[in-house]
Amino acid sequence: MDQNPAFPETQHQSLTFSQGLALDCGQRLDSVTVAYRTYGTLNATRSNAVFVCHALTGDQYVAEHNPETGKPGWWDYVVGPGKPVDTGKYFVICANVLGGCMGTTGPRSPHPDGSGQPWGVDFPPVTIQDMVRAQKLLVEQLGISRLFAVIGGSMGGMQVLAWAALYPEAVFAAVPVATASYHSAQNIAFHEIGRQAIAADPSFHDGHYWRAGVRPERGLAVARMTAHITYVSEAALTRKFGRKLQHAEGLSALGDQFAVESYLQYQGSSFVQRFDANSYLTITRAMDLFDLAAEHGGVLANAFKGTKTRFLLVSFSSDWLFPTAQSRAIARALNHVAANVSFVEVQSDKGHDAFLLDEPDFHTTLRGFLAGCAEHAGLA
Amino acid sequence: MIAPRKIRVDLKLIADLVAPGSRVLDIGCADGTLIDHLYREKNCDARGIELDMQEVQRAVAHGVPVMQGDADTELVTYPDGAFDYVILSRTLQAVEKPREVLAQMLRIGTHVIVSFPNFGHWSLRVQLLAKGRMPMTAGWNRMWYETPNIHPCTIGDFFALCAQDGYIVEDWLAADEQGLRTPWRRSRRLANLFGEQGLFLLRKA
Repeated sequence: MDQNPAFPETQHQSLTFSQGLALDCGQRLDSVTVAYRTYGTLNATRSNAVFVCHALTGDQYVAEHNPETGKPGWWDYVVGPGKPVDTGKYFVICANVLGGCMGTTGPRSPHPDGSGQPWGVDFPPVTIQDMVRAQKLLVEQLGISRLFAVIGGSMGGMQVLAWAALYPEAVFAAVPVATASYHSAQNIAFHEIGRQAIAADPSFHDGHYWRAGVRPERGLAVARMTAHITYVSEAALTRKFGRKLQHAEGLSALGDQFAVESYLQYQGSSFVQRFDANSYLTITRAMDLFDLAAEHGGVLANAFKGTKTRFLLVSFSSDWLFPTAQSRAIARALNHVAANVSFVEVQSDKGHDAFLLDEPDFHTTLRGFLAGCAEHAGLA
Repeated sequence: MIAPRKIRVDLKLIADLVAPGSRVLDIGCADGTLIDHLYREKNCDARGIELDMQEVQRAVAHGVPVMQGDADTELVTYPDGAFDYVILSRTLQAVEKPREVLAQMLRIGTHVIVSFPNFGHWSLRVQLLAKGRMPMTAGWNRMWYETPNIHPCTIGDFFALCAQDGYIVEDWLAADEQGLRTPWRRSRRLANLFGEQGLFLLRKA
């Protein structure tokens, strides 16, 4: 399998849990591997651990060069020495999500039937909560009973909410950024376009593409292109590209006539080099299934009853994928249970992606919130 | 380490009314100075709501728990009796529905602390009488068409509202513009004439 061009293999640091994991769908994984990275030093009282949850296409390489892309860590602005999540103070853990393709158990992992084949499309559907349960196994294995903070944006923010709801005692502070307590119909609709594009690619082979030694690159690229549009704002696209032409000569219906087109094509083609199509299907579905209120009698506040966790909710003004109203709804639900809530909307024209980018107001706010929490937690 | 901030005298006056170790909600908390003070000096579990996003960011960046929101719409989201004290400092006159905000405050908190600029102060009365124009003072310093203070009231008006809605005035005082205590607390009429601000501690009957 290592030689198969469909699955380039990189060695990732990981732990395997032979006790397995019961999934929300009713199936059980007999063994779970969680690939992770840590930064900084765990203090003597094991009280300075920060868990960072990554988004749909993120991975565990949050604050260092990614071994597969060679690019800086995906949250380089936020996590590192002297950064808002200061690895000089905090012990930062980031793990590849369940269903992912960077070393954690997912569709690319060997099927337990002994055939030597990967799970592929037979990998059981997972939920955001399943991802968090796998992360909890890792955190416990690292000897940490309470995390100082759990932080994440977008799908990472959903995991933060799930952490706070599932393990309130294990989360001192929670920072869900640019996220929502459920995936909206519009969000599901965009994901469905991506999934259909992958399924329609002749190289998909009903999800068994590795057998043919190929990858559904066209379909996955289109999925990424569609998704990418939802990550940016109209203003940001206009500022970056406007109606600039890529090639001045000739007129063609297809091809990279406009600068924005070649940008999107680049986004699509670079993505397929590092992401597995079946993982994309699995993880987008996990996001679609997320509805925290539905599990608590339709009342979001019930998910946080009696919580002692300190929350910071952050939204970005131009984010239309996870708009401010959804963060405010979470803040209000937390008010219902008189939780300790801070809520900030950051002015930005960069859309949903703003949470990954250079947004000083966000970073100052996050740094201060963590400093305040550190004082309350007796860390300062 | 976060450096404690110096507190305005009028906020100090409010802080003095709060019992140590209480749960406190400060509405219109600006950059959260009072919340920070109540946490550091009185060991309170205090948080805030503020409309202005810049102020909210300043507060949170200082480690103070504040959420952006509007008193007129956010208070309904809190459960009954969630706080020992709910504070509204110099903001009552600027909210959309002062009477409802007050009722919400008394629903979610055992005690309510309210301060507001007194429109009954003699200098305002004299200006209105002499010139027939809306008065302008240090406290009332914006023209009528741009002032955020859309519901001015007097200390006398406020006593009347408390009586009408059945709120018990546990403590009250008049203060000058700097927030210093003034000596007219024995007489409501004199306080209404000479006090620049009214400060009230209320509870439900």
